[in-house]
Amino acid sequence: MSRSIKIKKGFDIRLEGSAEKKLAGAVNPVRFGVMPIDFPGLIPKLEVKPGIEVQAGTPLFHDKLRPEIKFTSPVSGRVVSIERGDRRKMLEIIVEKNGTGFVDFGKADPEKLSAEQIKERLLKSGLWPAIRQRPYHIVANPPDLPKSIFISGFDTAPLAPDYNFIIDNSPLSLFRSGISALSKLTKGRINLILKENSNNDKIFDGILEVEKSYFSGPHPAGNVGVQIHHLDPVNKGEIVWFVNLQDVISIGRLFEEGIYNPERIVALTGSEVIHPQYYKMLSGGAVTPLVSDNVKPGTLRYISGNVLTGTKISPDGFLGFYDSQITIIPEGNYYEFFGWAVPGTNKYSFSRTFFSSLLPKRSYKLDTNLHGGERAFVMTGQYEKVVPMDVFPMQLLKAIIAEDIDNMENLGIYEVAEEDFALCEFICPSKIEIQSVIRKGLDLMRKEMS
Amino acid sequence: MNSLRKKLDKLKPHFSKGGKFAKLQSVFDGFESFMFVSDKVTFKGSHIRDSIDLKRTMTVVIIALVPALLFGCFNTGLQHFRSVGTDPVLFQAFWFGFLKILPLIIVSYGVGLGIEFIAAQIRGHEINEGYLVTGLLIPLIMPVDIPLWMLALAVAFSVILGKEVFGGTGMNVFNPALLARAFVFFSYPAWMTGDNVWTEGLTAGKNIIDGFSGATPLSLCAAGEITKLPSFMQMFLGTIPGSVGETSTIAILIGAAILIITGVGSWKIMASVFAGGLGMGLLLNAISANAYMELPFYYQFVMGGFAFGAVFMATDPVTGSQTEMGKWIYGFLIGVLSVLIRVLNPAYPEGVMLAILLMNVFAPLIDYFVVQSNIKKRLKRAKVALNTSVK
Repeated sequence: MSRSIKIKKGFDIRLEGSAEKKLAGAVNPVRFGVMPIDFPGLIPKLEVKPGIEVQAGTPLFHDKLRPEIKFTSPVSGRVVSIERGDRRKMLEIIVEKNGTGFVDFGKADPEKLSAEQIKERLLKSGLWPAIRQRPYHIVANPPDLPKSIFISGFDTAPLAPDYNFIIDNSPLSLFRSGISALSKLTKGRINLILKENSNNDKIFDGILEVEKSYFSGPHPAGNVGVQIHHLDPVNKGEIVWFVNLQDVISIGRLFEEGIYNPERIVALTGSEVIHPQYYKMLSGGAVTPLVSDNVKPGTLRYISGNVLTGTKISPDGFLGFYDSQITIIPEGNYYEFFGWAVPGTNKYSFSRTFFSSLLPKRSYKLDTNLHGGERAFVMTGQYEKVVPMDVFPMQLLKAIIAEDIDNMENLGIYEVAEEDFALCEFICPSKIEIQSVIRKGLDLMRKEMS
Repeated sequence: MNSLRKKLDKLKPHFSKGGKFAKLQSVFDGFESFMFVSDKVTFKGSHIRDSIDLKRTMTVVIIALVPALLFGCFNTGLQHFRSVGTDPVLFQAFWFGFLKILPLIIVSYGVGLGIEFIAAQIRGHEINEGYLVTGLLIPLIMPVDIPLWMLALAVAFSVILGKEVFGGTGMNVFNPALLARAFVFFSYPAWMTGDNVWTEGLTAGKNIIDGFSGATPLSLCAAGEITKLPSFMQMFLGTIPGSVGETSTIAILIGAAILIITGVGSWKIMASVFAGGLGMGLLLNAISANAYMELPFYYQFVMGGFAFGAVFMATDPVTGSQTEMGKWIYGFLIGVLSVLIRVLNPAYPEGVMLAILLMNVFAPLIDYFVVQSNIKKRLKRAKVALNTSVK
């Protein structure tokens, strides 16, 4: 039985610079980076030193608390440096590509493997981190048996890649193998969530293991957390896993070809990109070949991911592990004379306090200016308009700030992640770092429960 | 603009930590961010942010208050000239009232912002915008004849004990503007009740023509002199004695429209306050035990501070109910209590202020029950899931 759910609450931020449906040739950067900060809650433990030669699939580091979870190099080459930040926090392990060697994990038909064998291959190859879990929105715990697995087949974030385009240009046979591997890992269903009225959902008809559901509505309708909440909500003690659609293809490739190759289609977007379009590249690849000669002048913000939840990277930074989008927008480090008082025909806002809300809809070029100073919670009833879940956002945030564990649990901390609250952060008139608050709550809860 | 910016950049180091005027850092920041929206950029979380901030939000409320303020100036003049038996032209009345109300506004902002500046500096915070609205609300709910020192004292009381001791804007339990009014009401009742304080010059009693009474509609009702009430239309327009900004229902409704269209004020609270007043009014009409109870229910909306309280006081997001369901209940009870106190309690001709302050206390309790129902639903769902998995 396929279900169709209409999301009403939410908000589509209309930005300039969506990618043209054109796939440029494969991009082959020289430098690759694997970033421990892509994985919240992870304490990385290095397995390599600068100077060491690695192959595609060689472990670079592992999770200190769950050492079986390995993070591997996407390419064959030499480890050139390990970048650290404040308090020696590990930021990037950088590999310079110099060959095509790879670790052979062996071809196998997932149908004929046991769950344990499948898990072992995923763990060894470094593809396990592609499987994440709710609660906590972290890399899944290998011994667990989730009640279901979710794959979101579309993305509603600002300027997000069009999954119809991605699906049309992806090897679907690999997706099929990936699904059959995943289907061994759950006792429940594999939910594939598609956009209502998407024209190519027939492609998935032959895959019997998945159950299709349809969502429509504004962002965050494409967020897997919202989809889980409406189809199979996470109660205390329950676990749901989720995987990005393009990572399912990588999993399929691991079994079909025996290699770790996180290739994906990436959308280069944003108002400051000259030719926004799609590229094929590996996760961890440097964005330099995409952006050199392809950005407008000025001080720019490079983001791996979308403008709401992405990570700030440098102009020669790397594509994040889970990302299939790069966004480039202008920085907003300027003063604005009486900016709060002007009529604001050119100012973009979710609220109706600027005259722009009276003008016809159009796309905007937004920068990184905060547009105000941080204040206490004052306005009410705002967050509720952009969180399409049966939770009380402000009460949950206050419970987290007060570190009230019982109330956090009661108010649904297991069902949420920072990305589900990203729009709250965008619209917040008090400029509160809401996603950081949610992450703090998730980390606190996880610590408390272990 | 650029030269101003350069001057500020030159001054800034003196007001930063270690500078000559480090103790005035919050004040400097306050003025700087008033003139220039900061150049701060996002560094984590969402990379882009909405153009709205608290300054913008508060500005909208102030704009919504302007019609009531302008009419208040006009009406203050009108009432005064009526009391001395002359017939003013429009601008004359307005100008007279403006000159009377301006000192009230200056004292309110001067004292209130002064305290806010000090509090912000002590805490090392930026100055909060909350008082920008409170500072204008306070003069609008005071009688025009209130001595300035009394106003200053009321402002200091409400800002220090009503707000700063709780942690500043966003943390307070009671609506600060109403707290200032309640302070005068209970400390200096002679200046907040009776028939004389609402008209400029009437307390001094000079040149007042015979037969002029400065009684407000509500005090007429309380005294049982229903027949002397002004017409509904007069009360709707607001050419009646009363607190500075509360008299004109039509000016307040213009403000309500601004708040609702911009989404800054909660239409749910406004609508439910009127619904509560309507319900209670109809009930009293049905009982009709005395002349006041027989007064058509819709008169309640145009007398006293009912409309002003519903639109500008009850909708305070900090002290009101914070859940959407709670807002309906909160507003409805304010409406019911306001009319109840007015009609049935002989000691208080006006009930809106006390009704809102009382509901400020109960708002967290209302929210608690609303949130509990969500929690119960979640627990029930978990139990069902547990049972099916056991089976």
